[in-house]
Amino acid sequence: MMGAEFVQLSLTPMLIGILASIACALPGNFLLLRRQALIGDAISHVVLPGIVVAFLVTGTVTAWPMMIGAAAAAIVAVLLIEAIRRLGRIESGAAMGVVFTTLFAAGVLLLEQSDTSSVHLDVEHALYGNLESLIWFDATGWSSLFDAEALAGLPPQLARMAIVAVGLALFVLVLWKELAISTFDGVFAHSIGIRTRAVGFALVVATAIAAVAAFDAVGSIIVIAMFICPPAAARLMTDSLARQVWWSVGFATVSAILGYVLAGYGPGWFGLPHSVSAAGMIATVSGIILAVACLAAPRRHRSGQAAETV
Amino acid sequence: MTTAIAASPELIVDAGRIVEPSVAAESPLAIRGLTVSYGRKPAVFSVDADMPATSMTAIIGPNGAGKSTLLKGALGIIPTVSGEVSVFGRPFAKTRRRVAYVPQRASVDWDFPARVIDVVIMGLYAEIGLLRFAGWGHRKKALACLERVGMADFADRQIGQLSGGQQQRVFLARALAQDADLYLLDEPFAGVDAATEKAIVDVLKTLKHDKKTVVCVHHDLSTVAAYFDRVLFLNVRKIAEGPTDTVFTEANLQATYGGRLAATHIEDLQLGVG
Amino acid sequence: MTGFDRLIDALTLQAGYNSALVAIGAALLGLAGGGAGAFVFLRKRALVSDAISHATLPGVALAFIVMAVLGGTGRWLPGLLAGSAITAAIGLLIVEWMARRTRLSEDAAIGAVLSVFFGLGVVLLTVIQTMTSGQQAGLGSFLLGSTAGMLISEAYVIAIAGAIAAGLVFLMRRPMTLVAFDPEFATTTGVDVRRTDIAILVLALIVTVIGLKIVGLILIVALLIIPPVAARFWTDRVASLILIAAGMGAVSGYVGAAISSAFAGVPTGPVIVLIAFVLFLVSLLASPLRGALAAALRQWRFRRLVHQRQGLLALARGEAIYDRLTLSTLRRAGYMRRDGVATLAGRSAAAKALKDEARWAEAMRGEADGPVVADYDGLTPIEDVLTPDQIADLDRRLARLEVAT
Repeated sequence: MMGAEFVQLSLTPMLIGILASIACALPGNFLLLRRQALIGDAISHVVLPGIVVAFLVTGTVTAWPMMIGAAAAAIVAVLLIEAIRRLGRIESGAAMGVVFTTLFAAGVLLLEQSDTSSVHLDVEHALYGNLESLIWFDATGWSSLFDAEALAGLPPQLARMAIVAVGLALFVLVLWKELAISTFDGVFAHSIGIRTRAVGFALVVATAIAAVAAFDAVGSIIVIAMFICPPAAARLMTDSLARQVWWSVGFATVSAILGYVLAGYGPGWFGLPHSVSAAGMIATVSGIILAVACLAAPRRHRSGQAAETV
Repeated sequence: MTTAIAASPELIVDAGRIVEPSVAAESPLAIRGLTVSYGRKPAVFSVDADMPATSMTAIIGPNGAGKSTLLKGALGIIPTVSGEVSVFGRPFAKTRRRVAYVPQRASVDWDFPARVIDVVIMGLYAEIGLLRFAGWGHRKKALACLERVGMADFADRQIGQLSGGQQQRVFLARALAQDADLYLLDEPFAGVDAATEKAIVDVLKTLKHDKKTVVCVHHDLSTVAAYFDRVLFLNVRKIAEGPTDTVFTEANLQATYGGRLAATHIEDLQLGVG
Repeated sequence: MTGFDRLIDALTLQAGYNSALVAIGAALLGLAGGGAGAFVFLRKRALVSDAISHATLPGVALAFIVMAVLGGTGRWLPGLLAGSAITAAIGLLIVEWMARRTRLSEDAAIGAVLSVFFGLGVVLLTVIQTMTSGQQAGLGSFLLGSTAGMLISEAYVIAIAGAIAAGLVFLMRRPMTLVAFDPEFATTTGVDVRRTDIAILVLALIVTVIGLKIVGLILIVALLIIPPVAARFWTDRVASLILIAAGMGAVSGYVGAAISSAFAGVPTGPVIVLIAFVLFLVSLLASPLRGALAAALRQWRFRRLVHQRQGLLALARGEAIYDRLTLSTLRRAGYMRRDGVATLAGRSAAAKALKDEARWAEAMRGEADGPVVADYDGLTPIEDVLTPDQIADLDRRLARLEVAT
């Protein structure tokens, strides 16, 4: 399992899975604490109309136009949610529900109405991604890691995902104080001159970038699961924000590795010939980790609630 | 009530104000014609107020009188319909570092993953600066502030484990860390134990002694005279404002609270002589 | 026949027995969805239904596997719907449990259940793929719904189930209305709030399951959310909110299904959702009660009113006015000349405003708790709130005070 075949078939999908999971888990921590966990869900739904429009405009399915289209759709969605919430004085959950279902419906309709038979663009691909196909053709073994020619043949998603993951890490690091203070006490943050709305918007944009990049590599399911499950499980482990973020990165990594291995090799253990969806399995594993955390993590109860429920 | 001041164009920073520049120039907090509304009913209507330096002012009035709204409107935390505010003679955006605001304790989620010391260090935000993290010096400073409110032993406690009074003291310590000249506190005595109340009063008195200006939204009429040297009566409009000795009178209480005061025993209050 | 003719046929149920049945089924589904969704929305739990709908996927897949293993085709609709209901219920219970028993908030619980159940469902779909050697067994249609090629027996199942769901909403409307309107009061009348809350979500679950085939599991939540949100703009009363939401849901379902049957390649679910969104958009903009245009107009008028009043008071007190909006408001009302000098009308209105302020202060002194005084917003003319007798009485009291000082 650890030989040349592993490097060629599994190493890059696994790395991409890990990077995508971490990129989503990082902003997910703050979304969770701000009670905005479902923004990630809404954003990943509107990725579809974004890429469809990008396809209709450019006529191609190359990565950059689609990512820009998806990011633009995500930002439009967030602005719409905010506008509906304010204009109609509607609670944000309902406003979100209105916006993402409508945009998703529009995306599906556009997709059905346009001729996409020549290109690989469909709803199911948007949902599940195709992690298994991101293999490293040019690799012949571990030595390929030092072979410039082979490295040039790495799937482009790997570099993109790595850049985005590093970017997200920098974002969290640079705006750490602002994110922490405005999340804990927005009114106070405002009084000391932190532009709370700008910070909130930056977080949403970062979320959208993570969602779009990860979607391109691994599909929407992982994106939604990774925004929520690793941070939620991490929240139950510790009462320190910094440690929570570290835990979430760890859980995201474990989910990606374990999910990928189970999807690829698990069915074989039951004598089934084919592998199952890696994206789905990674989401499932992150859910199992969260379930275990809910049942046994040291900080699973609300402060002050521990005594009454033990 | 404010008196007429002839328009002197060179003093007007920006047309579009109802501010008399001469007053605003000295006052730690000067409010002119502030109206704030939620929906179609003003929560605060056309309020003028002046907090003199080194004074301790209680803003009092019945529930829903707009006391907290007045503070939030003055700081621009909520949008205003009209009015102008100046802090130390300049717009608040330019004098932020001289102001410490303590929101209501119930306005935040105390289940947030943070320790007591982390919350106090938030008060050092301006001092730490962009792109930097708190160091040992900041931690020491924050500990000293916790010491002043009697909470130094709790520095590494998770904030969710504190009692209401302890949480309030942590908020006060955060304000102390800001090392401001004007302290605005929203209901600091609401739902706190006696020990906390005393600790807060002591801190506020030292602030006054250090020539700071303090403004509190306050709800307990029985302690107004003991804690504060100035009172602002508010019930959507300003009813009266001035030294406790002269304006904390039955007539003003009646005008502010009306029939609602029946439950309180006016004779128990240390009323002013005015 | 043009597309328009076909649409008219479909809308008048002339486009064949099958599509008429689907249109009626979609209308009933929309009716039940709007009605049940109204309660979910009032309890501020709109997105719980999103968790429910995504949690149906593993149930559909498991039911297929079980039925296939037992020797059937695996595609029997009632069996698939039963399976989806079971996992959806499990998902719902997990959301409830997480939000109550752990420190995680409900939105995190919703997101976790939604994504994990969906992920599990996708894993199971790929398992089915291997079982049936490459064929997805048509379960993909549950994602986005499809009425094309629907069996008549399936259309019956949906129409009947839609009618039952609509009937359930009607039967349970009283306790649910009580809980949605005022849970504390509901408790005092003996209604079990928690159970009613669960009943509301079970109704949402039923609608979701029925809607899987027509609208699909990703978009079915729209039928539970959009109509009530749109209805909210038109009314402040719970009973009419439910009726309007149910009506809008029914219209969306009916028209959407008709359009979809009239034009080839137009998927039913997305069209239904977009029709619902159009209704929402019209409501958001145009409703005179809570619509955005009406609100903006009111806000603008209110701002002017405040500035006019403040300006008049400043005039009366001889204070200088610098605020541009205040100045322009006074000029427009004819209270001030362009050079900033008060007109005759302005001076008398200013004197009146000052007098009214004094009257109000006096009224407050007398009975700050009185219903009339408590409602006073400071901007309505005093004559609209108090009777002439009351005003005269206030004036007498004021005159006495003046003498006294």
